Parts: sequence; structure tokens; C-alpha cells
Amino acid sequence: MSILVFLEHHGDELQKGSLAVLSKAAGLGAGDVAGVVIGSGVERLAAQAGAHGAATVYVTEDARLEAPLPQPRVDAIAQLVAEKGIETILFAQSILAADIASGLAARLEAGLNWQLTDLAAGGNGLVGKQSALGDSVVVDVGWTSTPRIGLFRAGAFDPSEQAAAGTVEHFEVQLQEHSLAAEMVEQAHAEESGPSIEEADVIVAGGRGLGEPEKFALVEELAKVLGGAVAATRAVVDAGWYPYSAQVGQTGKSVSPTLYVACGISGAIQHKVGMQSSKTIVAINKDPNAPIFEFADFGVVGDLHQILPKLTEALQARKS
Amino acid sequence: MKIAVCVKEVPDATARKRIDAETKRLDRSGEGALNAFDANAVEEALRLKAATVEGEVEGEVVVVSMGPERALNSLRKALAMGADRAVLVADDGAAGSDLVATSAVLAKALEREQPDLVLFGQQSSDSDGAVLWAAVAERLRWPVISQVAELTLDGGSLTGKRQTEFGYDVIRAPLPAVVAVADSINEPRYPSLKGIMGAKSKPQETLSLADLGVDAGSAGGQGSRTEVLALSDPPSRGDTQKIEDDGTGAEKIVAFLAERRLI
Repeated sequence: MSILVFLEHHGDELQKGSLAVLSKAAGLGAGDVAGVVIGSGVERLAAQAGAHGAATVYVTEDARLEAPLPQPRVDAIAQLVAEKGIETILFAQSILAADIASGLAARLEAGLNWQLTDLAAGGNGLVGKQSALGDSVVVDVGWTSTPRIGLFRAGAFDPSEQAAAGTVEHFEVQLQEHSLAAEMVEQAHAEESGPSIEEADVIVAGGRGLGEPEKFALVEELAKVLGGAVAATRAVVDAGWYPYSAQVGQTGKSVSPTLYVACGISGAIQHKVGMQSSKTIVAINKDPNAPIFEFADFGVVGDLHQILPKLTEALQARKS
Repeated sequence: MKIAVCVKEVPDATARKRIDAETKRLDRSGEGALNAFDANAVEEALRLKAATVEGEVEGEVVVVSMGPERALNSLRKALAMGADRAVLVADDGAAGSDLVATSAVLAKALEREQPDLVLFGQQSSDSDGAVLWAAVAERLRWPVISQVAELTLDGGSLTGKRQTEFGYDVIRAPLPAVVAVADSINEPRYPSLKGIMGAKSKPQETLSLADLGVDAGSAGGQGSRTEVLALSDPPSRGDTQKIEDDGTGAEKIVAFLAERRLI
């Protein structure tokens, strides 16, 4: 059985989520594991894949593949699957990866299971764990034919180092006409003052309980002292208090940091699905009945305007 | 300008959703409603229709869906908002379709409509799916842009701006094209009383798989390539602690973080 993992890159880095899926695949011991890197000037990224379990790293470089658009990548992966007889293609959730996985499913008439949190040998080869209905039920999902396509939830697991050959193999892609129709006109990268929320080990998140947009400063100060990133709920993003790129939840990003500090967040299902796989959750909220206290490891019922400055100060004192 | 909006009936938000242990499918026996995220796509279609002046030719917004016959009730919400027509593929043979099968059926329905633009909402609230558009676009061999938060039409092409994990993208594509809109793109209108009254008399067509020339092997369980094997409860998070802040809340958080070796 052969598994191919799509390795998404941004700048000079392969994404943490892709490497996590790659090391998961290598750990299955279910056959050959390869990665694929698609873009322009990306061969140097292959070594990172070798260190996370890829025996082979397929690389295709083409100026037309530079922009992170899904359809030319469907061409590239479909071609690899046919040439190499690949049976399983795995992706880590992202805007780009979801569109590639879905386009590829139609191209190959292949089954796609999404929101996967785990994968193991079994059934017709592989069985995935899918978190469904707002994480109220875990569904064991399978594939009735090959190739199989799986899309893992962001942060389902961490990357682990697994030395493998990482032999680079170049391939040329025949791009289809409709795949080149969409064109990236402009790409802007947000100014990042700290780590991005999907890659961060610590996240401090603010919700409506902050009371007003200016109070996000309290969240930012705490994030700074913890070396973490700032996240926000949908309610405050909708209200224009914080940018959408920081939104965690059903309509934003899914994160699973080591520590998630929820400030003035009720813990509605919309938000919960995006952060409940965090290793440790600390919540501060003045409403003792807020749902967040049902799943926070440590909850403090109180006024965050009092608690946050004290907490930042105490952590600062500890550091110095 | 003809715009098709792909929509879905989902269990009503107030109903507790469950998967039927026997069929291993979502229990859809309760009240249904139009998927809330689809209202953003309908709204955007209506906005684009109003903004497009094409000589004498009136634009048209048609909602396209696959589901049980009673899903027409939910599609009427889109008609009440102002969509002109509804097409529902309702066939017992389509029940239980996964992504591959659903995209095959929808693509056939869209080929029959020949729209200039196909819009999707950002996700379905029942299956948490946010992928269907790319599969449909692949079958139509049209360009696709997802997560679009700002959409502009310019003659024969469109430009979409979207938020990504890293910043934002501006992507242009020629028509016909498939676009999935983010729910931040607009605030969907509430149907007016007149709209609600008028919705019932708008054209509503129900099609079978045979009407679309889809063979039984391409839809429903037979056309699907994934399966549900078992259902179980999610793992519990273990112990949770909750304290009242008596002025020492911050200190207690520090102590907790230290105990967990997080600081």
C-alpha cells in the first residue's frame, strides 16, 4: 500500500499540519510513504519531509504552480497517483488543501473523508476517525475503493521526527486548460507580530466578554508574555474588533495549541469546535454557567478586567 | 447573467442532530431548514443580479439542490428572498450520496441549467462539509474560487478577494466559474411578507436522476466511495476545575500553569 501526503508550504517552511500528517502516515507502518511538494523553487523543502518520514519526496517545479491555487495541483497529484499507483492521498486541512482534495476526489472518482482526527489500518485497508455533528459523535469512516482521500482536521496531531530517505524525485506536470483559468492577481501577507494561530503553541483568545475592542490590549499583553498568538471569537470578528485571520471556530480556524486561554468567551459550539482539541484550556468568564467551564481544564469565574492584568504581571515577574 | 446557487436543506438549527444507529446516516426526519450559510450565497446572487445591466435581458437566479422532495419547503426561503426559480433533484436513488456522488448529480443539474456563475455558501451546517464546490467545478471543468469575501463582476470575468491563513488573496477567473462565498461577504436579507407570499407561485421543478441522465450506479450509496463503519461517543476531557475569583484568581492560574509545566 502506498500513501502520498500533500506537503503544503508557505515561504521557506513546510506547514506543521502537513508534516504532522506525514509523520502520522509513516507511523502507520502500512507501506511506502511519500510526500509531494508543488510550487516554484521548492526542492530545498524536501529535506524537512525526509526528516518526518517521507521515503520519497516528489517535487514538481513550474512557474505556473507558484501561486497557491488548487486546480493545477489537482493535475499534478492526479498524474502522480496514476503513474505511481498510489492508493491513499492525505491532506492537512487548509483553504488550499480542502479545495485540492475535493477536486481530486471528482477527478479520480475517489472517496473523500474529511474532519479526520485519526487514521489506522483496518476495514478495507484504512479506517479514519471523523469528528461529526459539532464534535458530539465520533464516526469510524472507511473507503469502499481506491484511491482513498483523507483530509485531516487542523492540529489533529503533532509532527514527529522520523528519519527516512527523503529521496527527491522530480516530475513534470501536464496542466489542463481549465486548471489554469483562475489567476492570482494579488497576494498580501498579513503583518504578523507573533506566531500565526495555527502554528502557535500558546493561544490567548478574546470574546465578547472583553466589553470593547480596546480591551483586546489585555489579551495581546498576556499573549506576549506567554509567547503566544492572539485569537478571537466569531462574535468579535463580526463586530469588527479583531481581524478574521484570528478567528477560531466553525467558520474560522481550528487550532490545537498546548495551552489555550479563553478570555470572556462563552464557549458556544461555534467556537468550541475550533479549539476543543487544545491540550490544556484555561477559561476566565464572569458567567458561572458559561458552557466553556464544562470543558476548560481550569476555569476562573470572575472579572477578566481585574484578572488579566494581574496574570500578565505575575507571569512577567516570573520570567524576569 | 444567469446565476445558479447550490443550496442544501439541513436539520433545523434548534433540533438536536443525531445519526441513526441503524442506517448510519444523519436523521433527517425532523424539521428542515435552508442551510444558513447558503443564504449568503443567495444574497450575493441577488446583489449581482441587481448590479448587472444587460440591455433588455433580465438576469436570473436559480437555486439548485439535491434532497428529499420535502426539501422544496426549505428552498422556498431562497425564493422568498428573491431567487427566481428552484430546481430540486429528488430521487430515492440519490439518498446517502457522498461527495463524489453528490458532485456528479449536481454537475449534471448545472449542465442542464448552463449558468454563467455558480455560487455556494461556505459550508453545510450538518456535515461540516466545506468542499463540494471544488468537486463540482472539476466536473464542469470550470475555474473555482473559494472563501470569497468580496466578489466583483467585470464583463466576462470575476474577481474574488478572500482571507487565507496568511493574509489575503485576490483571484480572477473567466466566466463561467464556480465561487464559494464566505459568510462575511454580506448580511442576508430577511424575506419580506410579499416575498414569502410570492414564493409559492414561483417555478419549482423536481427532477429525477433519470431526468438528468445520471445512472443509478453514479448516485446514492452505489455511487459513493466512502462508508460509515461505526459510531461512538467522543472521549471526555477528564477533570475540570472551576474556582470563583476572590482576588487570587490570577495567582491560581499561574500555579495551575506551573503544575502542568506550561510556564
